[in-house]
Amino acid sequence: MTLVSNLPTGADVAVPSPETPSQTHGKRKRRGRVSPLTYTVLSFMAFISIFPFYWMYVVASNGSDVISKIPPSLTPGPHFGEVFSRIINADTTNHWMFLHAILNTFEVSAIIAISNVFFSALAGFALAKLRVPGKKNMLTFIVGTMMMPAQLGVIFMYMVMTWLNWISSYKALIIPALVGAFGVFWMRQLIDSQVPNELLEAARIDGASSFRTFSRIVFPAIRPAAFVLGLFSFLGTWNDYLWPSLVLQDPRKYTVQVAITQLSNSYTVDYQAIMGAALLGTAPLLVLFIFVGRRLVAGVMEGAVKG
Amino acid sequence: MTTLEVRPEVVEPKAAATRSRKRRPSAIARQDRIGFLYVAPFFVHFVLFGALPIVFTTGLAFFNVDWSTYYDFLDRHNFQALKDAWVGMRNFDELWSDPYFWLALKNTFSIWAISTIPQLIMAFGLAMLLANPKLRGSSFWRTLLMVPNITSVLAVAIVFQQIFGRDFGLINVGLHYVNVGPIEWINERLPSHVAIATMINWRWLGYNSLILLSAILAIPRELYESAAIDGASRVKTVWYVTIPQLRNTITFMLIMGTIGGLGLFVEPLTYGGGLDGGANSQFLTLTLYLFKELNQNERLGYAAAIGVGITIVVIIISALNFLITRRIASEDSR
Repeated sequence: MTLVSNLPTGADVAVPSPETPSQTHGKRKRRGRVSPLTYTVLSFMAFISIFPFYWMYVVASNGSDVISKIPPSLTPGPHFGEVFSRIINADTTNHWMFLHAILNTFEVSAIIAISNVFFSALAGFALAKLRVPGKKNMLTFIVGTMMMPAQLGVIFMYMVMTWLNWISSYKALIIPALVGAFGVFWMRQLIDSQVPNELLEAARIDGASSFRTFSRIVFPAIRPAAFVLGLFSFLGTWNDYLWPSLVLQDPRKYTVQVAITQLSNSYTVDYQAIMGAALLGTAPLLVLFIFVGRRLVAGVMEGAVKG
Repeated sequence: MTTLEVRPEVVEPKAAATRSRKRRPSAIARQDRIGFLYVAPFFVHFVLFGALPIVFTTGLAFFNVDWSTYYDFLDRHNFQALKDAWVGMRNFDELWSDPYFWLALKNTFSIWAISTIPQLIMAFGLAMLLANPKLRGSSFWRTLLMVPNITSVLAVAIVFQQIFGRDFGLINVGLHYVNVGPIEWINERLPSHVAIATMINWRWLGYNSLILLSAILAIPRELYESAAIDGASRVKTVWYVTIPQLRNTITFMLIMGTIGGLGLFVEPLTYGGGLDGGANSQFLTLTLYLFKELNQNERLGYAAAIGVGITIVVIIISALNFLITRRIASEDSR
């Protein structure tokens, strides 16, 4: 880590991608071969990672009689269609509530993701490359705020939402989440290390305004990382339960996570429907993950080296 | 650790800017000052939605308010009712002698310990396996390990609640065949903590292995080479070279794990199906207790006092963490 930060930041020095250092380790590891035990452990962990999703489908697609016996069925049954229609019709006054919830959540999550990326990158650019007085202190402050527990503020925030009449409005979800310390800090670190100063100098000499420099030079240079930040923000909003469950009281406005819990409010626990709903609520993310999983992994690892 | 690393890098753009300022003073200065405008959205947002709520919630801890008093205050600006609600330190006195608060604190730490320590060890093991450059399909394994982390806490809690079911849950059914159990995964204290910790571990193990992996890959090769010259064994190399180099990363993981652990809410809520944390509050956590007082008992001020209590715990742990890390660091430099 220290080696990395002592390197001069310039165009000629590439930021170590997660793959580069591993090649430098070659010498050390070349002695031994990868033992079959390694693959066994990794396969087992992969199985553990995937199994709960499979199990959601197994429980949802089998009748409760098949699940509530010993041994329970370990393979999918034929009833997923029935459970699906039970989930869709769970709210008799509001059909398709669950699918509405998925669309709603998508919209809210996308807005928050875009806003986070924009404001974080802009602030990160200023803190990394502009001569803003007191920016070191600002940065220390931003890192400090990341350590603050969120629970304390929630009580008063909730009271403010009722005062503003934002209960059951997406404003209550979107506006408090427009930008966050984590995003600003991460973008600052990336812009600092990945955008060469020579490029910014050249833009200045050409008379480009600082916003133009940001939009034409800085942002394109960090686009992959900005994409990962957007993804994290999207996932975070999609998966959030506590805050939406407090502020959304109108079933038509439910996000996916809140909609899932509404299925368990009846007096008998409909495991099939809840597991089916949990799976349906996760499925869009799993599909998304197929396309962006590798970039997400690269983003996690890159963020780790820096922070 | 992050702030330490930041400093040397900040110097350079500054120097570069000074150089160019000689050429076109006014335009450059204006360009730089615009930076305030760029950081302003974050700071304004933070004051409104981060700092002020914390200040006001702390203030709220000195009142005894329920929802109807609050609505009355909003509708009719009934300041007298607010004055009557002032109780001074009484909420904190009550909190100090509240057995549920201490129980929730104990439960929270028990679950935190059962989730953090085994997870750290397993994540380190996985990271060492993944760091092997001859490993085939390393990108495939890394990606698979990340899958649990994109799942919502709620979905995780729902599926694990079923798996830990007393009569027909997979774990007890499996144990039945080796003549163990049935274990009371919900009704008994320690088993319920293990079940909740399992949910946390499942969701975060892969993520933390990737963080550790990336730190392992960033260790300078020279350190291993000199260890090899000194004739250090593999185990010794790991113990004296790899692990000390991961100290920053592990500290970071511990701090983040503690903050996450103190916020533990959705897992026990879903697992017990309510704000009680089980029939005997056997897995009542601090945050769960806060929301129980807020929503079920409508004691806004007391909930705020619990929130202040949680924050004090976070501050104590962060300070301890800081002191310990600094002490280890100074011992190293000796």
